[in-house]
Amino acid sequence: MTTPGRLPEPYGQGQSANLADILERVLDKGIVIAGDIRINLLDIELLTVKLRLVVASVDKAKEMGIDWWESDPALSSHARRDELTRENAELRERLRELESGRAPREAP
Amino acid sequence: MTGLRYVYAVCRPFGAALQSQLRGVAGDPPRLLNHHGLIAVVSHVPETDFSEEALRARLEDLDWLAATARAHQQVIDALTVVTTPLPLRMATVFRDDSGVRVMIEEREDDFRRTLDRLEGRVEWGVKVYVEADPESAAQPAQPARRAASGRDYLRQRRMQTRAHEDRWARAEELAARLHETLSSRADDTRLHAPQNPALSGAAGRNVLNAAYLVRRDVSEEFVEMVDRAKDDVPGIRVELTGPWAAYSFAGEETAREEDTGTREKGVGPPEEDAGEGT
Repeated sequence: MTTPGRLPEPYGQGQSANLADILERVLDKGIVIAGDIRINLLDIELLTVKLRLVVASVDKAKEMGIDWWESDPALSSHARRDELTRENAELRERLRELESGRAPREAP
Repeated sequence: MTGLRYVYAVCRPFGAALQSQLRGVAGDPPRLLNHHGLIAVVSHVPETDFSEEALRARLEDLDWLAATARAHQQVIDALTVVTTPLPLRMATVFRDDSGVRVMIEEREDDFRRTLDRLEGRVEWGVKVYVEADPESAAQPAQPARRAASGRDYLRQRRMQTRAHEDRWARAEELAARLHETLSSRADDTRLHAPQNPALSGAAGRNVLNAAYLVRRDVSEEFVEMVDRAKDDVPGIRVELTGPWAAYSFAGEETAREEDTGTREKGVGPPEEDAGEGT
């Protein structure tokens, strides 16, 4: 094996919870080169903001039985297919309630 | 073969082979495109997903984005095992191989300089979280709204605020100390914005989100240092990820000042916190 140097075993990788870490690097870092396919980087920045709010929570949200992001057509192809848009507002409201219910415990 | 060219990374030629079962973002195995003594790691991707218009829509599709990001990271990871790759931002796409070659020619000096800087180094991610206060968890949610009078309410608020500030101060101190210690073993560091606390899958509030560029032969020692810090202070959690390719250090060095600016944001209580706790 011709590894360029000994490395410790990977930490905190391969877990689904790590999606936020992966996206943070793959989408936000790395060298930026304009290819032939011009993607407006601003689009990606905006997306990243959206992701900071949403993606990091996916696993947790699913755990809690909340999957409103799956019904947001801007965020999921499922939603576009299934037209669950109307439920979206309702689920967002539910998330807000749960979030505010959690607040006193986390932030005394 | 038709299709577009998706570029993952640029690196120097390396002797070892990539895992034969490795697949890129669209299921196509990554190939090595050798030009001017540099290697672009490339795979073929279909126009249906990666043309300008399609890609814009695809990037907004969370499921697709997550799968693509993971595939991208997998290729970079495989490269990190055998060499020191210079990772490109996700979705860097060219029409054909000659487009990739032109890109290499235009930037070869930059590539070489950056590859020299990163050579033999990997990135480690360290995050510090403040966990829920054990005391307030022990006497669960008697929030201030139960106060008998306005004065009681204000007193309770003050006490809560003080306890809260103490915990933040401890966390800030630990994060600063840890960062200083770890920096001594790193060739470069970046402080990233904390990951969204309310929504991240991780428990607690992310107060430090740092990346360290560390030599491979120092990595073991670096990991031990993080391990030792882990149990230092109750209520504060330290999380290590890596080894990553040097994503956070791939940009030109001018990026440094901008990133250092996130330090104030990175360590210390966010402002919106003042309004919480009721």
